[in-house]
Amino acid sequence: MNKLVKLFITSISAITLALVSFTSSFAKVEGDYIVLGSAISLTGKYSSNGVHTQNGYNMAVDRINKMGGVEVQGKKYKFEIIYYDDESNPKRAAQLAERLIKQDGVHYMLGPYSSGLTKAIAPVTEKYKIPMVEANGASRSLFTKGYKYLFAVLSPANQYLEVAIDLAVEKNGGKGVRIAQAFEQDAFSQDVRLGILDAAKRTGSEIIIDDKLPKELNDMAATLAKVKATKPDVLVVSGHTKGALTAIRQISEMKVDVPMLAMTHCDAAKLSKQHGKKSEYALCASQWHKNLSYKDKFFGGGKKYAKDFQKEFGYDPPYQSAESSAALLVFKDAFERANSFDRDAVRDALVDTEMQTFYGNIKFGPGGQNVAKPMILFQVRCKGDDCENRVVAPTKWASDKFYHPIPKWSERS
Amino acid sequence: MDFLIFKAPMLMVQASLDGILLGILFALIAYGMALQWGVMNIINIAQGDLVILGGYIAYTIYLWGIHPAWGVIISPIIMFFVGWALYKLVINKVVDRDLFISILATFGIAIVFQQLMNFIFGADVVVAQSEYGTTMLFDNSVTLPNSKIFSAFISVLYAVALVIYMKKSRLGRAIRATAQNARAAKILGVDTEKVYAATFGINAALCGIAGALISITLTLHPYVGLPYTVRSFMIVIVAGLGNLPAVAVSGMGLGLFEEFADYILGTEFRIGAVFMLLVFILVYRRFKLSKKREYLK
Repeated sequence: MNKLVKLFITSISAITLALVSFTSSFAKVEGDYIVLGSAISLTGKYSSNGVHTQNGYNMAVDRINKMGGVEVQGKKYKFEIIYYDDESNPKRAAQLAERLIKQDGVHYMLGPYSSGLTKAIAPVTEKYKIPMVEANGASRSLFTKGYKYLFAVLSPANQYLEVAIDLAVEKNGGKGVRIAQAFEQDAFSQDVRLGILDAAKRTGSEIIIDDKLPKELNDMAATLAKVKATKPDVLVVSGHTKGALTAIRQISEMKVDVPMLAMTHCDAAKLSKQHGKKSEYALCASQWHKNLSYKDKFFGGGKKYAKDFQKEFGYDPPYQSAESSAALLVFKDAFERANSFDRDAVRDALVDTEMQTFYGNIKFGPGGQNVAKPMILFQVRCKGDDCENRVVAPTKWASDKFYHPIPKWSERS
Repeated sequence: MDFLIFKAPMLMVQASLDGILLGILFALIAYGMALQWGVMNIINIAQGDLVILGGYIAYTIYLWGIHPAWGVIISPIIMFFVGWALYKLVINKVVDRDLFISILATFGIAIVFQQLMNFIFGADVVVAQSEYGTTMLFDNSVTLPNSKIFSAFISVLYAVALVIYMKKSRLGRAIRATAQNARAAKILGVDTEKVYAATFGINAALCGIAGALISITLTLHPYVGLPYTVRSFMIVIVAGLGNLPAVAVSGMGLGLFEEFADYILGTEFRIGAVFMLLVFILVYRRFKLSKKREYLK
């Protein structure tokens, strides 16, 4: 009797063990499918950008699968993604990453939305040596930790507004400018601030106001009053969508005249839509714009991508979607060059990535950040009440000339 | 840099006016909190979320093409019923229990409200446009958004109306009686259940007005309710319960304190300074109270 029980238990555990090892060693590739995993914010405070990210991933998966998939060792595979909702919560995201890797046996990860959540997941993927291509974590600290399995298709946060300072200096005849800046106290905005500090040092510019906005704050009146009193050459604001919307609201209401205004998150804030003409002349940093002339064989160019995306999802793609689609193109390219499903072979192939996508050139630096793509700046310009974002820098893709200085409020209709 | 305010006297005027206008708005929210705290002995953690919900109501009518200022009439009406329903569903079960239970219950309500708003209105930050323009003083060196002046004016108007209502009307008297002694009021024929529901409804309506004003002066987002709860909590702590003039003064004082802390200590310490003040006041109160106790002994 006792022997029977023992035998029974042993055989059960043997079968379970076999099943577990079987699923985990083959889950990365099931039949014709290469399975990728992603924890993404479908609910909670990042849910709108989380959905943009997911739509970008799905769009690329469909397109790659339709156009023949991924060829590894002469066999064609298709992409498939397992999603979990991280509820915009870093702790949950880390748990889900663990679950994707350990329970679902995922061997290749796509990033979540936002720097904070990417930071939560990166130690997990690093621990299990899972290559992760991420498209929505720009914080500089992600790329200084020596992560070996993290690859970002986007430019790091400190590059967001450096171009704007260069532009201001150029307009000032090469002489340094006086900068007023207000940044929210979060990882991303503070990285943008570091970029400005570098640029100021490099150009001999002076920072006369350097406000750090608490996260809970939705009132910038004090900062703007200081700006009015000190009359800087350029005002730089970064505080996610809330910061962008608050800044434009209060600048227009308090009639703050400043020759140049540079911001982040104008896209996500739908600035020109929510504030209309009041947002005119604002200069915004962006990872991507549909008018850029990069090309690839899957999406054609930016304009084609925007059109197809609009058809599929019913809205114009924000850059969060475009960069997410690009992440899949990077994975496909790496699998084909590695010609293997071995994680380390794929990781080594990712290191050697050098390609052009509709989103921009992609080549990873030593920290995993994309070093081949410059940030672009667009300026909000209006015709009557119709406002749109037009690319003004870098000059290679500029569709419009940079309008400088911003006319005074008393001269604006 | 930090002492810029002393070099430019106009900044002082600007800071004072900004602080007072904002403080009046906070005082309105705090008044609602003081009212229900006094009457029902409930600290409503969901106060800020009721404010934001009120704001979204104004934003919705703005999307329909109606001027968002109408929100200060429509939003409180809807919010009154929201408050009433909330009382009947949840609050009446915790109203006689200890303070901790009510804090837990309203904390739960706050989370549910945040998620619902996120679900219905989306996670984007939104603003409603009033197009009220700007008042410029002292040769344009002090600029006040008319929307802020409007919001302060409406807040004062509603606050005064409420004071009169509490003094003159039957329900007002019943509410005050219940606040003084619920048991005695019950014995004398006051339907305290109804009084509680009405109080919670009135508080929600006040939040609705404040929310509508915030939609045209600041920004709305499903998760920004908590700072409003904390601020109104502080104002009430400073002013004490059932003392409207004190609530108004403490609201404006807090607004002023915040603005000046911004200039003198730096923007990053603005909210930190407010919390420091709270700690200071609580310690001071305790100190005074202990003296009084000694005297009683």
